[in-house]
Amino acid sequence: MTLRIGNGAGFLGDQLDAPRLLVEGAQLDYLTLEYLAELTMSILARAREKDPATGYAEDLIGVLRSLAPSLVLQERLRIVSNGGGMNPSACAKTAAKVLVDANLGQTLLGVVTGDDLLASLPEIQAAGCRLENLDTGEPLDALATPVVSANSYLGARPIVECLSAGARLVITGRVADASLTVGPAIHEFGWSWSDWDRLAAASVAGHISECGAQATGGYYRHWEDLQLATVGYPIAELDSDGHCTITRPAGAGGAVNRHTVASQLVYEIGDPQHYLTPDVDVDFTTVQIEETGPDRVAVRGATGRPPPDTLKVSLAYRAGYLASGQLLVYGRDCLTKARACAEMILARLRRAGIELDQTHVECLGAGDGVPGLHAPPADLREVLLRVTASDPRREALERFAREFAPLITSGPPGLAGYAAGRPQVRPMFAYWPTLVPRDLVRPAIDVRTAQEWIGS
Amino acid sequence: MNDDRTETVSLGTLAHARSGDKGNHANIGVIAYTREGYEHLCQHLTAECVAEYFASLGPTRVERFELPNLWSLNFLLYDALAGGASRSLRIDTQGKLLGTAILELELPALNSC
Repeated sequence: MTLRIGNGAGFLGDQLDAPRLLVEGAQLDYLTLEYLAELTMSILARAREKDPATGYAEDLIGVLRSLAPSLVLQERLRIVSNGGGMNPSACAKTAAKVLVDANLGQTLLGVVTGDDLLASLPEIQAAGCRLENLDTGEPLDALATPVVSANSYLGARPIVECLSAGARLVITGRVADASLTVGPAIHEFGWSWSDWDRLAAASVAGHISECGAQATGGYYRHWEDLQLATVGYPIAELDSDGHCTITRPAGAGGAVNRHTVASQLVYEIGDPQHYLTPDVDVDFTTVQIEETGPDRVAVRGATGRPPPDTLKVSLAYRAGYLASGQLLVYGRDCLTKARACAEMILARLRRAGIELDQTHVECLGAGDGVPGLHAPPADLREVLLRVTASDPRREALERFAREFAPLITSGPPGLAGYAAGRPQVRPMFAYWPTLVPRDLVRPAIDVRTAQEWIGS
Repeated sequence: MNDDRTETVSLGTLAHARSGDKGNHANIGVIAYTREGYEHLCQHLTAECVAEYFASLGPTRVERFELPNLWSLNFLLYDALAGGASRSLRIDTQGKLLGTAILELELPALNSC
């Protein structure tokens, strides 16, 4: 038996039509939808602070609505998503309404919780875990700022439990990206939790697909002839022995070849001999890739070892505010004028008694995207001036945000682009990378019919 | 044939690349087009030369990892992202541009030795 697992989302904000097109373009057994980056968790935590009924990936709801006809037609299709974010149960209730509206009220919907450690931090510390910062070694006690969110990365186990209980839709909070793929594989193939090489194989499949179209030609250097407007999202075909083929729906744009797959294999990894998930410690250096047909790449040879007995925690705290404004500066002297504009903004703030904590000036078009790498070209005719500032005081940044528009009449000539409005001041977060012993984290599942979720 | 000039070639003729973030560290995966090219990169695209090329980003150190089966090298540029996704004031908060930028790095040409 070959299990076909497609991934239709690589982050919160990814293409809304991609999951539907993937499901309609290929017979899938499972669709995964990956929505959570570290920063996303803090943003969702803030949303939940303001409204306890939010804090999940709202994109998931619209996507589910678009998938409802396929869920009716394709009886085998199951969905696993970490779109529950900071509030998987609230997400499940809203998702349940979509299922009920599609006459799928008896569908079982499973929720995974237990990743959110915010309320249990005192208990964890009392148990002797100092939650030391992995970079500085400081214990969490030393942090003076309130923690906004603290989520441990859960593995595939609670997903498997939901699927075994019959769930057709599984909504989780912070689960490791690769575990969204590992869960269905273990459930279907009955692999042992210590079959490290097979867990590694499924984790590699999950890692390749987790960023959606980045495995199928998106962001690939040789993108020109790949019809990326209609790029197909990745499908991992997994066998019970852990053999995996990466492909995409026939007829879609994009491409799957050894280079699109390899560039995603090395994306956002550290030591390739130790790609750590809560399920397994994967060695990427034993992985072999081979083109076996048009848009088909076989991925073999992954090896795994037992994972550490600690889980990674994504812990965020408030770190003041940030604002960023832009103006287009035109003319042969655009670079001189742009730099003068930035100086004027900061000088006028100083005159008002405001010295900002940190500022950064970029002349985009002059090479500042990677600061200091190249000298500006000699024949520049326009640059986009971007001035960004951070400060603990919101009001100081509100004043900073006001200083862009006045340049139109009180700065050098050749400026445009102020019509987009005043820059927004937004909260900034900082991270406290840390670990927690597994036995202090208690994943929980809740599986009910969609109808029951609505009444809950 | 003898030639006194040292011939160079830009990395982009031998490889493509993709970069991203790991907190405040940037990762750059460099994927050679051929096995021969990979071996050339192993010899010449050292952690030191990547650190020097991106010195303006202020990495505290650069570590190189080899993935011979994938003809790929992975570079970790520690503390190179000015605070990372949540705190950096740069437009490229996550180091996404570095994979394109590194392709202009000049290396000795493949047959120049």
